[in-house]
Amino acid sequence: MKKMQYERPVIQRLNTGIMNKFGTRTEYAPVTHIEGNAVKELIEKYGSPLFVISEKTIRNTYREANRSFNTRYPKVQFAWSYKTNYLSAVCNVFHQEGSWAEVVSGFEYEKAIRHGVPGNKIIFNGPDKTEAELRTAIENGSPIHIDHLDELYLIKELSGEMKKRPKVAIRVNMDTGIYPMWDRFGFNYENGQAWDAINKIMLSNTIDLIGLHCHIGTFMLAPSAYAVAASKLCDLAMGIKKKFNKNIHYLDLGGGFASKNTLKGSYLQGVDASPGFDQFAEAISTAILNAGFVEDELPLLLLETGRAMIDEAGYLLGTVISNKRLSDGRRATIMDFGVNILFTSFWYDHKISPAQEFSQYTEDAVLYGPLCMNIDVVREHVTLPPLKRDDQVVVHTVGAYNMTQWMQFIALRPAIVLIDCDDKVHQIRKRETVESIVKEEMMPDYLKSFKL
Amino acid sequence: MKIKRNIALSDSGFVFNPTTGDSFSTNPIGIEIIKLLKEGKNEDEVKKHLIKSYMTDEVTLEKDYYDFVNMLLKLQLAEGDEDKDEAKN
Repeated sequence: MKKMQYERPVIQRLNTGIMNKFGTRTEYAPVTHIEGNAVKELIEKYGSPLFVISEKTIRNTYREANRSFNTRYPKVQFAWSYKTNYLSAVCNVFHQEGSWAEVVSGFEYEKAIRHGVPGNKIIFNGPDKTEAELRTAIENGSPIHIDHLDELYLIKELSGEMKKRPKVAIRVNMDTGIYPMWDRFGFNYENGQAWDAINKIMLSNTIDLIGLHCHIGTFMLAPSAYAVAASKLCDLAMGIKKKFNKNIHYLDLGGGFASKNTLKGSYLQGVDASPGFDQFAEAISTAILNAGFVEDELPLLLLETGRAMIDEAGYLLGTVISNKRLSDGRRATIMDFGVNILFTSFWYDHKISPAQEFSQYTEDAVLYGPLCMNIDVVREHVTLPPLKRDDQVVVHTVGAYNMTQWMQFIALRPAIVLIDCDDKVHQIRKRETVESIVKEEMMPDYLKSFKL
Repeated sequence: MKIKRNIALSDSGFVFNPTTGDSFSTNPIGIEIIKLLKEGKNEDEVKKHLIKSYMTDEVTLEKDYYDFVNMLLKLQLAEGDEDKDEAKN
């Protein structure tokens, strides 16, 4: 007699008539291949866990965003937000598409220069810019977005010393009706700080104010907030024109567009809740076009959106380590990836699919990572088929922030591969080794030996 | 361990406990285990039958079988062996 395929016995209580908090059964359709490449083979070759990035998705997403804005506003320029994902291969895909670089630290600035981005196309943001970094940025003609008055005074000092006119913008924070209001960066619009900074720059006569910048929040679900932000920046730009007869070259609306991930506690899935590029583009473009600029004085619209550009292009492949029961009878599945490399699981309910075929039976489970740390929870509730040791899964929409905010805590960080537009796989980051960690350490002579 | 006498089980895996009004869903191998236990088969007989019918090994089956019967107990679909319970007391 031919034996039947084995599947772990499962039994699940049926709850009728109440909302099912585990959601609909969209999550457990198996994903065995990513763009023609078998998950099993990718893991065999590059190890588990493994980050996979789809170049095709990046390019398609960029082009969609570009189309949304360019069909509504005549002068648009994207700048790739390095902090979202600064893998060199990823940055270069964006640069090939025409993105400038938007950096928030000296490290990121250096990376952009190494990638070959011209200095005047590197937007230098962030509250921490050292004197040496500012000198380099002034030398290269990079737009420097001033975050605080100390930075403004330092730039003024350097401009005199270097006999160069730094090109700057100020970062403006404002009330756009969004909670929490991000007021720790830049100068406030409502209380007059922004005007104070503008006056100081304009009256210095040694600094060129070329732009106005804002970044109103992150994972923004309300396009209308961008309309408010754009109107307030336009108001400042028109005021500068009136007071100093100076045209502002660009308005930088920052980033923060939501991706298709599902925020924890969200009633709707991310794909249903998050606005598309068209909605953000409509809100921003309409506000600027209605502000009253003369046609040939319309400012360039700069955008630094990161998350919405790359999140969907990233996958994390992983493997089941073990199954167990919690004291209350809930199923617990332990994966070989946790919050150390999937930092975004702190705020998203990431979609997770099995990478092999199963029957239609499922179980509600808690998904844990491998860390010896109680907070290492990947999903608090997830409905998945009966996974067993060595089964593989695919975590979706992980392209933003995970590969920059990951932690080297008790384990080594995994390899990363890029699938190109012809579905060919390229390794773009090696798996870490013990050597890659310890080579940065130094041992004082007297600690080199011991007896036990 | 015995399945409670009044537990109803359909061929499609619908399990109903008329005492509590709770209903459950189980997969084909779960149906088979519940049926065998209802027929009065003991643990060894059930496991032997499953090893013969399914592509699995003893360790995996052992682990999954205990997990499943513990769930049956927890969900009040089964009750412990009286002999064993008495031995415990």
